[in-house]
Amino acid sequence: MSDMQDYKSSLGNAESRKFETFSYLPSMDADQIRTQIEFIVSKGWNPSIEHTEPENASGSYWYMWKLPMFGETDVDAILAECEACHQAHPKNHVRLLGLDNYAQCAGASMVIYRGETV
Amino acid sequence: MAKKYDAGVKEYRETYWMPDYTPKETDILACFKVTPQPGVPREEVAAAVAAESSTGTWTTVWTDLLTDLDYYKGRAYAIEDVPGDDTCFYAFVAYPIDLFEEGSVVNVMTSLVGNVFGFKALRALRLEDIRFPLAYVLTCNGPPQGIQVERDMLNKYGRPLLGCTIKPKLGLSAKNYGRACYEGLRGGLDFTKDDENVNSQPFMRWKHRFDFVMEAIHKAEAETGERKGHYLNVTAPTADEMMKRAEYAKEIGAPIIMHDYLTGGWSANTQLAQWCQDNGMLLHIHRAMHAVLDRNPHHGIHFRVLTKILRLSGGDHLHSGTVVGKLEGDRDATLGWIDIMRDSFIKEDRSRGIFFDQDWGSMPGVLPVASGGIHVWHMPALVNIFGDDSVLQFGGGTLGHPWGNAAGAAANRVAVEACVEARNQGRELEKEGKDILTNAAASSPELKAAMETWKEIKFEFDTVDKLDVSHK
Repeated sequence: MSDMQDYKSSLGNAESRKFETFSYLPSMDADQIRTQIEFIVSKGWNPSIEHTEPENASGSYWYMWKLPMFGETDVDAILAECEACHQAHPKNHVRLLGLDNYAQCAGASMVIYRGETV
Repeated sequence: MAKKYDAGVKEYRETYWMPDYTPKETDILACFKVTPQPGVPREEVAAAVAAESSTGTWTTVWTDLLTDLDYYKGRAYAIEDVPGDDTCFYAFVAYPIDLFEEGSVVNVMTSLVGNVFGFKALRALRLEDIRFPLAYVLTCNGPPQGIQVERDMLNKYGRPLLGCTIKPKLGLSAKNYGRACYEGLRGGLDFTKDDENVNSQPFMRWKHRFDFVMEAIHKAEAETGERKGHYLNVTAPTADEMMKRAEYAKEIGAPIIMHDYLTGGWSANTQLAQWCQDNGMLLHIHRAMHAVLDRNPHHGIHFRVLTKILRLSGGDHLHSGTVVGKLEGDRDATLGWIDIMRDSFIKEDRSRGIFFDQDWGSMPGVLPVASGGIHVWHMPALVNIFGDDSVLQFGGGTLGHPWGNAAGAAANRVAVEACVEARNQGRELEKEGKDILTNAAASSPELKAAMETWKEIKFEFDTVDKLDVSHK
């Protein structure tokens, strides 16, 4: 039993809160975020940025940052908007979505800035 | 001019073999693999199949003349060799849509795989594929919610969903069972699952199970901040009892229930699926008994047909086989029926066993569920084969983790996310799988322990079939 590890997760430990896809991996660095944006663009999806106070993260609707970036394929422009949203709401979770208008559903969704979880 | 009644036995081919017939867009088409008795001509056997699965019987009857039999009859319109097998041939039969009750796979299949399968002129018969015309598809209710709605309900995007079937299959008390669910869900699973034979036995009655499992879901959701579900199996001795269990699942807030559509029956399944649609519930479908029907290459019903039946009858998830894992599965054939589950239009493609174009119109798709003998080392191949729109279900591969279910779940969750991230970066999952998983394990002791437990399987192969062979 000595090499068995306890699974550290509890209601009282805010570290236990997750945010769906990629939230079980370490936070993405700038390069990793860039390649995921490139993937969204390559699929022809519309990038969209949303943010929320961590305590309200469980609902379906986060705040939209401006409108979805319809037709935007410039990775730097998308990155700049993510950064601008984060600067404006530094304590909030910020997620990037790729909206697939044919499936009428997000094809990708990932939290790229993690606020302080509660 | 009106026909005269001529009693006696006519050859089937005089009436039912029509090689010049061009199928109508609204016809239901079927491809049978026919193994005839020796000495019977192919055309006669094909015509017999068309007759016995539609209007015909063994002798002429006077009441034939009271109707327009030429309108209602099934027509054998083509015969083809089976590649690599001289004992049998393909017979293609067209059925006019008016032969069948609207929205009833029960009625269609009662004709197509009814008496004809016991017909003496045949040694064996297999229904390989059916083309359901869009006109018929539109009369069926189909999947209760569909893939996109499920993603929106559960807030899960851009990756396969993760599940785990609770083991041992039988014998746990409701409280212990709920514990096993809770541990898996808090570790990062999206779903846990009742095994198919968990219904309502003396050791664990359904209502106790439902209550304890819901408590597990609620706590895991509060703990992780993510939405969770458990496939509550409502398969029951009677349809009334099934509906009672479904209603209770809804009452306690369960997002998803489960049914065995073959042993439970298609009539019950269609009823349940319609109820799920009306009540905003997801429906997971298990397929116990399918191998009885689909495993023999010469006799029975191919799984791609059973897949189409389920999509019409209704279900949001359907077990599809894994290609990898403990059950041998033909990769191309599996890819074929996965497309049949998910896509809106599937082209004829003999290399994947698809005999007809199939147009589903706007009928929602079904998520394929890969389950059976899979573990973290299979993850790169599974993500590559199934893509995002799938449920990857690890039973032993979660519960068998040396540190327990939560750690096993976390290992699989880290692995699936690492594979999706790598795929999105353009990396080749099946070739670089070891590297991707090893890298992810550097920050996940749970994944590292899982990889050590189940050891390495090789990823240097182009196809998974070869990989599976080398695994043995």
